[in-house]
Amino acid sequence: MNWLITENNKKINTYEIPIISIEDLRVEISNLRHRPIGFFGKQEYENVRLYVVLSDDKQGKLMITSVLFSAEEKAYESLTKDFPQFHIFEREFFEEFKIEPLNHPWLKPVRTNQDKYPFFEMKGEDVHEVAVGPIHAGVIEPGHFRFMCQGEKVYDLEIMLGYQNRGVEKLLLNGINNRLAESICGDSVISYNMAYSQVIEALSNTSITKRAEIIRRIALEMERVAIHIGDMGAIAGDIAYLMGASIFGTTRTLVINTMLEISGSRFGRGLIDVGGVNFDIDDKMSERIISMLNTVENYVDKTANVMLNMPSCTSRMERTGVVNKETTIALGGVGMAARASGINLDSRFDHHDIWYKRQSNTIDFKATGDVYSRCLLRYKEIKESIEMIKDFIKILKEHQDGLKTTINELTQNSLVISITEGWRGEVVHIGITGENSELIRYKIKDPSFNNWYMLAMAVRNNGISDFPLCNKSFNLSYCGNDL
Amino acid sequence: MLDTIKLKYLQGKQYIKDIKNAPMREAFRGFPIIKNIEVNTSCCPTGALTSNPTTIDMGKCTFCGNCKCEAIQFSNKYKLASTSREDLIITADISPEEYEKKAIKAKEEIKKIFSKSLKLRQVSAAGCNGCEMELNACSNCNFDMGRFGIDFVASPRHADGIVITGPISENMAFALEDCYKSTPDPKIVILAGSCAISGGVFKESNKLNREFLEKYPIDLYIPGCPIHPLTFINAVLSYITGKIK
Repeated sequence: MNWLITENNKKINTYEIPIISIEDLRVEISNLRHRPIGFFGKQEYENVRLYVVLSDDKQGKLMITSVLFSAEEKAYESLTKDFPQFHIFEREFFEEFKIEPLNHPWLKPVRTNQDKYPFFEMKGEDVHEVAVGPIHAGVIEPGHFRFMCQGEKVYDLEIMLGYQNRGVEKLLLNGINNRLAESICGDSVISYNMAYSQVIEALSNTSITKRAEIIRRIALEMERVAIHIGDMGAIAGDIAYLMGASIFGTTRTLVINTMLEISGSRFGRGLIDVGGVNFDIDDKMSERIISMLNTVENYVDKTANVMLNMPSCTSRMERTGVVNKETTIALGGVGMAARASGINLDSRFDHHDIWYKRQSNTIDFKATGDVYSRCLLRYKEIKESIEMIKDFIKILKEHQDGLKTTINELTQNSLVISITEGWRGEVVHIGITGENSELIRYKIKDPSFNNWYMLAMAVRNNGISDFPLCNKSFNLSYCGNDL
Repeated sequence: MLDTIKLKYLQGKQYIKDIKNAPMREAFRGFPIIKNIEVNTSCCPTGALTSNPTTIDMGKCTFCGNCKCEAIQFSNKYKLASTSREDLIITADISPEEYEKKAIKAKEEIKKIFSKSLKLRQVSAAGCNGCEMELNACSNCNFDMGRFGIDFVASPRHADGIVITGPISENMAFALEDCYKSTPDPKIVILAGSCAISGGVFKESNKLNREFLEKYPIDLYIPGCPIHPLTFINAVLSYITGKIK
C-alpha cells in the first residue's frame, strides 16, 4: 500500500500513513495525476518526514503518504519538472527544512529573504522594469510586484510575497484559539474558522449539533455573497464604472451589517467556536436575512445586468487577463479563479458536504478565463449562494438541537485534513497530534498559495495599466499565503 | 445610459447624515461595561482581561465576547479611540459617556493645521485584511469620509500622517519605517486595530518587530478587531477638530 485513503474531516492514525521512497512517490504521482493539496514536512527527531496529500476530486477521496528524509539526506530530484503544480509546495518545503529539490526551475524564497530575492531579468532595447510595493497605492496588504515590460506591454510579472509572515502555524500549536484562527486571513473569517474548528472537532471525536452545522454554512455563504459583491464593486471601480462601484459598495454593507446583527461583528468574528456556534439564528433573524437577501438580489441583478452588458464596460473586461484551462491545470489553480478558467473544482460538491445541494445558477456558465469570466462567475455565485442560504434557513427550523457541544480531549497520534470552500476556493487545514494528545504540527494552505501564479500568467501580454483590473478580478490573499 | 440613470435612483441616498451620532446595531460589541466582581481571565485570547480589580485593556481586546458574564458586558458604543495608551485600560468606574469626553485630547497645532483636510497613508504591516477592508469601507458611499476632508492617498509624500494596521511583522518593519520617513513633517501616526496597538492575537509570535512603536511618537490609538468605520472616522474627526459632538 503506497497510499492511505481518507476523506474530508476524517481522523486517521499517523502510524497507518505509509512511508515510501521519493522515486516511488514520483511514479505514483505520475500514474494517479491527482492534485496536490498538502506537501509539508514535520521534524521527527533528527529525520524530516514529508507528508504528501493528493485530492481525488472525482471520487471525493483524499490520499496521503509520506517520505522520510534522514539527517544526511539534504536533496532529492525535484518533482516540479514533471508536475509543475508542485512548484510552490517544493519551494515552501525547501525554505522550512533546507532539503533541496534538485533542478527545480525557480527555487526562490516564499516567505523570507526578500532582500536577496533573485528576480528574473529581461534585457534588451526598450525593455524596462517596474517595481511596485510592498506598500501599494490603495489600502491593501503588502507584497512586491516586479513587471518586466516592453513599452506598456507586460512580458512577465514576478510576485514576491512574505511581508505578512506572522508564524501563524507555530502559534496555533499553543492551544485551541478560534480568535487566532479567524485572524489568519481577515477576509475569510468564516472559512478559516470553520476549517480550523472542523480539524479540532475531528481530532477530538466531537460531533457538533446539526443546527450549528447549518448556521456555520449560512455564515459561510453570506461571507461569499458579501465579498463577491465587494469585489464586483472593486472591478467596477477599476473600469471606471463608478455607478457600479457605489451600488455594489453599499449593497455589500447590507450583507455585512446583517452579519453584525447575527454575531456582533461585521465579518462574523466570534460566531464560530470549536464545538459549535456562539450565536443563534432565530425565526425573527431568519426573516431579516431573507428580506435582506431579496433586497440585495434586486440591487445586484439590476446593477450586474447593466455592467455585464454595457459595451463600454465589457470591452475593458473581455479578453483582459486571460488564463486558459491548460495553464490553470498545469499551475494547479483552484477555486473561483480556476472555475472561471473552465475547471470544475468546488470542494463543497467534490468532497461531498451533505448539507449542500447544487443550484442551477452556475451550470450554464461559459468559462473564458478572462476578467469578464471571473466577474460573471462572481455574479452567478452570489445568486447561487443566496438560494443556498434560503434553503438552509428552511431546514434550520427542523433542527432544534442546540448550538454548542462540549469538546473531548484530542486523540493522540492522529491526523485530520479539513477542506472548506471559502469564497476564493479551498481552504485546507491539516492538524497532527503527538504522543501526549497535543497538536504538534498545523498546516494551512490558502487557495491563493496556488493562484498567485495564475495572476502572474494573466498579466502577460496585457498593458501594464490593466494590472489593477486583473488583480482585483482574482483578489488573492497576501496573509493567507504568508501565514 | 437610461439603465444607468435608473440605477442612480434605485438605492436613493445612502450616506449616514450625522456621522457623530450614527445609530449602531444592538449586537455590536463595543465599549465594555465592567462591574468590580472577580472574573476568570483564562477565557481571554489576548490577555486583555485582568481580575482584582477587573479591567479590560481595549488596546489588546479583540471584542470577541468570550468573557461576557455578570461582571462584563459589551455596550454598542463605538467611540473607543484615545490619544493615550493608558486610557484604553477600562476599569469599573468609567462610563462610556465619560470616556468619550476625555479620551481624545486634540492639540492646538493639530487643529490649526489639519482640521479641514487630513490626507493619510495607510500601511498594512501584516494586517489580516480585516482592518484594511474596514478602512476601505470608510470611503464608501455609506460612510463617505471624504466629505470631512479625510482621505487615503497613494504616496506618503502626499500624506499628513500614516495609519498602521497589523502587528508589524519583521518583514514589514523596514518598509514601515521608510514610509514614515518619507512622510513630510508635521505628521501624525495612528494605530488602528488591536494588532497594531498591542500585537493582538499575534503578540506571542517571534516573527514580529515592533521597534518602530518605541522609536516614534504615536498620536492616536483606535481599538477594534477589526476597527469599525464609525470608530475610525469619529476618532480622526475628534482628533483634528477637537469636537466630540
